[in-house]
Parts: sequence; C-alpha cells; structure tokens
Amino acid sequence: MSNGEKTPTGFEPRIVAFFCNWCTYTASDLTGISRLIYAPNVRVIRVMCSGRIDPQFILAALREGADGVLIGGCHPGDCHYQEGNYKALRRFKLLKRFLNRMGVEDERIRLEWIAASEGDKVQKVVNEMTEQVRKLGPLHLAPIATPEAFEHEDKQELVAAGAEGESS
Amino acid sequence: MSGQNGNGKTNGSAPRVGVYVCHCGINIAGKVDCESVAEFARNLPDVVVARDYKFMCSDPGQELIQDDIREHKLNRVVVASCSPLMHENTFRKACADAGLNPFYFQMANIREHVSWVTKEKDEADKKAKALVAAAVHRVRFHSALEKKRVDVHPDVVVVGGGISGIHAALTMANAGKHVYLIEREPTIGGHMAKFDKTFPTLDCSACILTPKMSDVKNHPNITLWSYSEVVNVDGFAGNFKVQVKRKPRYVIEENCIGCLQCVEECVFKNARFDDEFNENLGKRKPIYMPFPQATPPVVLIDPTQCLRFTKGKCASKCAEACEKNAIDFDQKEKIEEVECGAIILSTGFKTFDAERIPQYGYKKYANVYTSLELERLVNAAGPTSGEIKLRNGSTPQSVGIVHCVGSRDQKTNAYCSRVCCMYSLKLAHLVKERTGAEVYNFYIDMRTPGKGYEEFYDRLLEEGNHFIRGRVAEVTDWAMSPEEQGKLVIRVEDTLIGVPRRIPVDMVVLSVGLEAHDDADDVRRMFGISCSKQGWFTERHPKLAPVSTATDGVFLAGACQGPKDIPDCVAQAGAAAAEALALVDKGFVELEPNTASINADLCCGCRTCVSMCPYSAIKVDETQDGEKSIINEALCKGCGTCVAACPSGAISQNLFTDEQIFEEIEGVLSYV
Ligand SMILES: Cc1cc2nc3c(=O)[nH]c(=O)nc-3n(C[C@H](O)[C@H](O)[C@H](O)COP(=O)(O)OP(=O)(O)OC[C@H]3O[C@@H](n4cnc5c(N)ncnc54)[C@H](O)[C@@H]3O)c2cc1C
Ligand code: FES
Repeated sequence: MSNGEKTPTGFEPRIVAFFCNWCTYTASDLTGISRLIYAPNVRVIRVMCSGRIDPQFILAALREGADGVLIGGCHPGDCHYQEGNYKALRRFKLLKRFLNRMGVEDERIRLEWIAASEGDKVQKVVNEMTEQVRKLGPLHLAPIATPEAFEHEDKQELVAAGAEGESS
Repeated sequence: MSGQNGNGKTNGSAPRVGVYVCHCGINIAGKVDCESVAEFARNLPDVVVARDYKFMCSDPGQELIQDDIREHKLNRVVVASCSPLMHENTFRKACADAGLNPFYFQMANIREHVSWVTKEKDEADKKAKALVAAAVHRVRFHSALEKKRVDVHPDVVVVGGGISGIHAALTMANAGKHVYLIEREPTIGGHMAKFDKTFPTLDCSACILTPKMSDVKNHPNITLWSYSEVVNVDGFAGNFKVQVKRKPRYVIEENCIGCLQCVEECVFKNARFDDEFNENLGKRKPIYMPFPQATPPVVLIDPTQCLRFTKGKCASKCAEACEKNAIDFDQKEKIEEVECGAIILSTGFKTFDAERIPQYGYKKYANVYTSLELERLVNAAGPTSGEIKLRNGSTPQSVGIVHCVGSRDQKTNAYCSRVCCMYSLKLAHLVKERTGAEVYNFYIDMRTPGKGYEEFYDRLLEEGNHFIRGRVAEVTDWAMSPEEQGKLVIRVEDTLIGVPRRIPVDMVVLSVGLEAHDDADDVRRMFGISCSKQGWFTERHPKLAPVSTATDGVFLAGACQGPKDIPDCVAQAGAAAAEALALVDKGFVELEPNTASINADLCCGCRTCVSMCPYSAIKVDETQDGEKSIINEALCKGCGTCVAACPSGAISQNLFTDEQIFEEIEGVLSYV
C-alpha cells in the first residue's frame, strides 16, 4: 500500500533506515522538497557513508524492535569515499545469509543504491518495503540469550554431561 | 534501553539537553503538532527544557536557544526542524556564540523526512517524536570537537572552454587567480563559435566572442590546454589533483604561429575530408586549423587521414614548409598533473541526433538540415561563405523550420530545451533576410521568456513569417499534387484551425534540442558529483545553490547543468567564478572533525582496517605491545569504513561513534 495509507489490520511495521550522507540522505531530502508522500514507517539514521554501517547496527535495530532495516548508499562507482559502498555490500551479503539462518525473512533487510537525484526512488523503495514487511507481520526474533543465561545453560549442560560421565 | 532518568556520557557534568521544535511557518506545523512533540520531548532522558517556536532559524529563534543555554546551563541542544544539510551550521554557530562547543548539537529532520512526505497527521506526529527521541538519545553522548583547518591551493581548474568556461576563467584570472582552462577540442569557443548571429539582439557572435577568446589566450593568469581531457581527479575541496591527458596534435604548440603555410603545402592539394567544425558541410585537409579565429591559433594533424600515419610515408611537404619547425610527427600523448583549490565544470551540451526521429527524414532527404548546420550555412565564415544554398547549389524559395525536435516529446526528451524557439526565430529572420524565401515555423507553443525575447517574436510576426501551430507528423518527398512535385512536404495538423495540412518547401530545418554529452556520466563520476536522469549535472540546491554541487569545491557553469541561453550561461559562469573565488581567497577550508582514531589498547594488529581505507591513511606501527594500527588524521576523510570493519571495536569515528549510533537506534524505536 503506497502513499502512507494505513492498513485496516492494524499492524504497522517500523523500519530503521541507514542512509549515507552524500547520495541517499540527500535523495531523501529531495523526496521531501518534491513533496512526494510515502509510507511513514521508515525512520532514517544518517551516516557519512554506507561503509560505516556496522552489521551490529542492523542487529541492534532488530533487537530494539524494528521489523525491517533498509540500507541506502551511492550507486556503485559513485561512493563519495570511492568504495565504501562495496564494503557495505560485502557485509550486507554476509549478514543477510546469517540472518536468514536465524529465520529473518529476506524482505526485512534491504540494500538499495539511491543517487542524490533519485528522490522518487526513495518513495518507491520505502513504499514497496513497507508493504512487504507489513505482509510478513511483526518480527519475532527467537529470544536472544543473555551472556548470563548462556553461562547458566552451559554450566547446567556441563554439569549434566559431567554427571553422566561420572556415573558411567 | 537507558531508562528515563538520564545516564548519558558526561564530559565532566551530566548532560542537560534543550529541545527546540520548529514550526517552519506551516511547513512543519501544518502536519506535525509541534507543541505535543515538545511536550513529549520534556520526558526524554536528560531533557531540561523543550519548546516549540515558529521559526527556529530566525534571530529570535536562535536567541531562544542561546538564552536557555545560559539560563538553564544547557550543555546539549537538539533542534527538530529541516534537514541538517540545510541548517546544521546555522544552529552549530548559534550554540558556539553562546559559549557551547558546536558539536554538542544534533538536528532532527522533521520537515524533509516528516511533514513534507507524510499523509496522515497522527503518523507525522509519531514519526517526528521518534526522530526527536533519537536525536536526544544520541546528543547525550556527543563530545566537544574542533574543526580542522587546511590551506587551500590558490589555483583553479575550468573544464570546458565554451562561452561559460571562457567567462568563468577570465573572471577569475582578472581577480588574480591562476586558471587552467582544459578544453577537449582543438579550440575553445564551444557552440557559440559556430553561430553567425545571436538572438535576440542579432549581434554578431564572432564579434562578441572572439575578443574574449584572445583574452584567454593572452592572459598572463590563464594556462590554456586545448585538445586535452581530464582523466583523473583526486583530493578534496581546497586541494585537488587533476590529471590531464594532452592529446598529440603533431604540431608543437609553442612554435606554431598559425601562418597556415603547412596547410597550403600539404600533399593533398584539395581539401577532401569532412570538416567537423562546419558540421561536415565543408571539407578540410588532414592538417588544418578548425576555423580562422581558433584559439589557440595552432594547426593540428588528423592521424587517421595524414599519409604519414596511414601509409607510413609522405613527402611531408608541411614539415618542409614550416619555418618554425613546428611539425612533430613523433609527438606522444602526455599526462600532466595540476593542483588546484577549486574546479568549475562547464562542459556544455550536445545537440539532439535528428536521425532518432526517422519520420523527419534527416540524412534521408538531402535538403533536411539541422539548426546547427543552418548556423554554419548562414555564417559568413562557413562553408558557403554565408550563402544559404540547397545541396544542388540553388537558393531555397521556401523553408520550413520544425521546432521541438527532440524536446517536449515523451519518446525522446520530455523537457523543453529553452533556446530552440528563440534560435528558430533568429534563423527564420536570417533566412528571410538573406534569401527572401517564404519561411514557415512549425511550433507547439512559442516560448519566449527573456529580456527582449517576446519583442523579437513580435518583430518576426511583422516581418511576414508564417507560424503554424502543431507538431509536425512527417517530412516526405511523396508529392500528391503538381505543386508538391520535387519538394519536401511537411505534414502537420494545424491545431489553431483543426485541419491537417501539407506544406511543400525546398528546405527543412530541424530545431534540435539540447542534450547532455554521452560521457556526462563518466565525467560527473570523475568529479564526484551527480547528474539527473537526462545527464545534466545536478546543482546542490535548485534555488539557493544553483552553481554549487554536492561536492565542495566543484562548481557548475552553463549548459552542462541544463539547457540555457548565452546570457544565462554567462551569468552562471560569473556566479561559479565568484563561488570558486570565495573558496580560494579565504585561504583555508574547515573540515568536519568526523575523522576516525584507534584505541591502541583494543587494537590487536590484525590489519583489517588497513585494506579498508581508500586513502591509505592507516599504517601499522611496531610498539612494545606488538603491532598496532594508527590513523593519520590528516589523510582521513571520515567515511567510517574502517570503524565498521574493525573486529575488535578498537576504532571510533568522531560524530558517528558506535555509542552515538546505538543510542540513536534505541531512541528511534523505544517510544513510538
Ligand atoms: C542551433 C543553436 C543556436 C543557438 N543560438 C543561440 C543564440 O542565438 N543566442 C543564445 O543566447 N543562445 C543560443 N544557443 C544556446 C547556446 O549555444 C548555449 O547557451 C551556449 O553555447 C552554452 O555554452 P556552454 O559554454 O555552456 O556550452 P558549449 O558551448 O557546449 O561549450 C562547452 C565546451 O566544453 C567542451 N567540453 C565538453 N566536454 C568536455 C570535457 N569532458 N573536457 C573538456 N572539455 C569539454 C566542449 O568541447 C565545448 O568547447 C543556441 C543553441 C543552438 C543549438
Ligand atoms: S558515500 Fe554514499 S555510499 Fe559511500
């Protein structure tokens, strides 16, 4: 559903976006200047370059309750810092496979190259992604174990294993 | 989540945040309930005051912040208003003026990212609150920073020597700057050098342009490199390194005096090769000067035609004839490097390829010309010495000028090329004046905004030119009546009377639109700027920064930014020169302190960061505790790629620390 209309079902995804300063953030400003209405579900965090986007940021966003994460950088060859976007792509691919394994659907994590002049692409991508994530419903991450819990479980397992060993 | 009670990092004292929500008139307040956003902000961690106000960027708005800094001992400030790319510096300065380090400031973009793009008011409120929370969370972890100053190289490079580049170069050279003017073709002058007259005043193009061209040539502050192209650009505003490929002309430029003795003596007695400067309507020899006033006034040899290169041997009469020993068949391409503080791009445009609209018969019918070809035909220095002749040498009795070829057309270019109506009028006038022919203009709308332009149109109406409103469907030689026999027939629906018409003429002129160069995408990439889908270079702001680009220190002049006429090109070139002067005259640039640094205690010496850095700013040092990476701050440009890559979390980037970004993530999601 485009143009920021709400669904009757009530679930509205929250998507965190990381946009590079030079292309995609500028593009999203242009979307505003051009008054192109889009879904209100995306909240943008600015970084200087998509190369700055640490996979931990994406994990943190999901942990804090985001239903999806969008990454925006300059088109290949256009990065203001030469090739930060390639580095971003590399990390993105790896992280995506990893998250997939953890049960996070493909559509929740998206990377787009959006040039400073492509204000309309911001609108299109945000609307599209919002719609896809809305269909998927809220993200339910398997509860991530705290270090203490790990320790605890590990210990119990060890104890159990040890006990078995001893008894046999 | 860090809780509501505040626990931000405190360089000394606890954070005390002030939040200011701007209405921006109704730009924000029309969609966002600014009062409720301020109310919401009051409950965010460490917030001491939160207010909303009509225009935060106004003087009273800024004073509001400054008073609060003093009164409430604020040590952090958040303004929720427009994009940081718009007003971050304004508010940083306001903070600094009140004694607060400007980097204790953060902006939330609730205009471009909220009020202008959101449909529902309640959704806009929610999003604005989330962004404000993110900014508040983050700002608590800011620290005091200093901007770095770097000296600026005083020279300037101008790329493209049409009227725009020429004017920009002269303006800066007259101000005492050394300018390198790089032109791809053998001569400067660009399109304007090809015209006979210029609208609307009909002053002679050469008379106003060639003096400026020779000024360029003779100016002590201008180094003119024609037949040269930029191949690589390194560096940043204030200190660029530009590599220029200087193509071989096989003539030593310094020796050639332009006497043309060599051309005279060339073994080709007759000129028989297509003359590009004359739009291939005339012929030239393999050794030639593009046109008599070419600047520099130096000949060149076309190695695809000269026998010395094609056959490997030639009597080389040209070299013999040259008293200055200027001919050098062994000349090689050279790469030279120049340093400069600012760059102006003025690479202009190309004309639309009329063959892309086959129904207009260009290259199919001999007497269908483009407007640029007609410019050469009416030019006294052109291939026919200014006589308008058909291919068979006769003078046309009737001429049809088809407007908007490759403009205002969904199939080719949707935009209006801005100059075609006016130059069509100019050409109509010249054709009528020189030949007395009946002239028909086929137009969609007449667009004549500009000083003296509408008056020029009126004059053409009075001169008895025909104006037919309608997009031409076809140009054909298929005669349907005796009077159409041997003519070109223009088929058009005359939309003013609603009747399809057939107008037989001797000559058809296609008023081709303006397009970006084919290599615009490569060029803009080299200079780190962007271009529109059509290939026009993008200015930083369409209204308020029309000659700046997203890359500091790179400016735009003329038609490379979009179609425009000569007066607009010259005005823009002057503006670009002024911007470049403002940069280099200041003598230094201040850099955002967003550089990265490595905590040696955490660094494990794995070198992951070293290969990440595009600027080779990271080196490995042998220390007592083993190998450690260190960043040379002077080389770091602040992309943060190494920070994201460091497996040990040892690297931190000012203004974008992990902590700040994690807080931003938390803030943007924790409340709404
Ligand atoms: C048929 C016709 C008639 C016109 N008549 C009029 C008129 O009467 N009055 C009027 O006001 N306007 C007229 N115009 C518009 C006018 O041509 C433009 O306003 C003006 O020429 C633009 O100047 P410019 O310097 O920006 O670009 P250009 O004239 O295109 O010059 C650009 C220069 O940059 C060079 N260049 C390009 N790429 C590179 C590169 N990568 N490296 C180095 N150099 C490069 C080119 O070789 C060229 O010399 C007319 C246009 C046309 C097509
Ligand atoms: S600056 Fe945009 S991706 Fe690097």
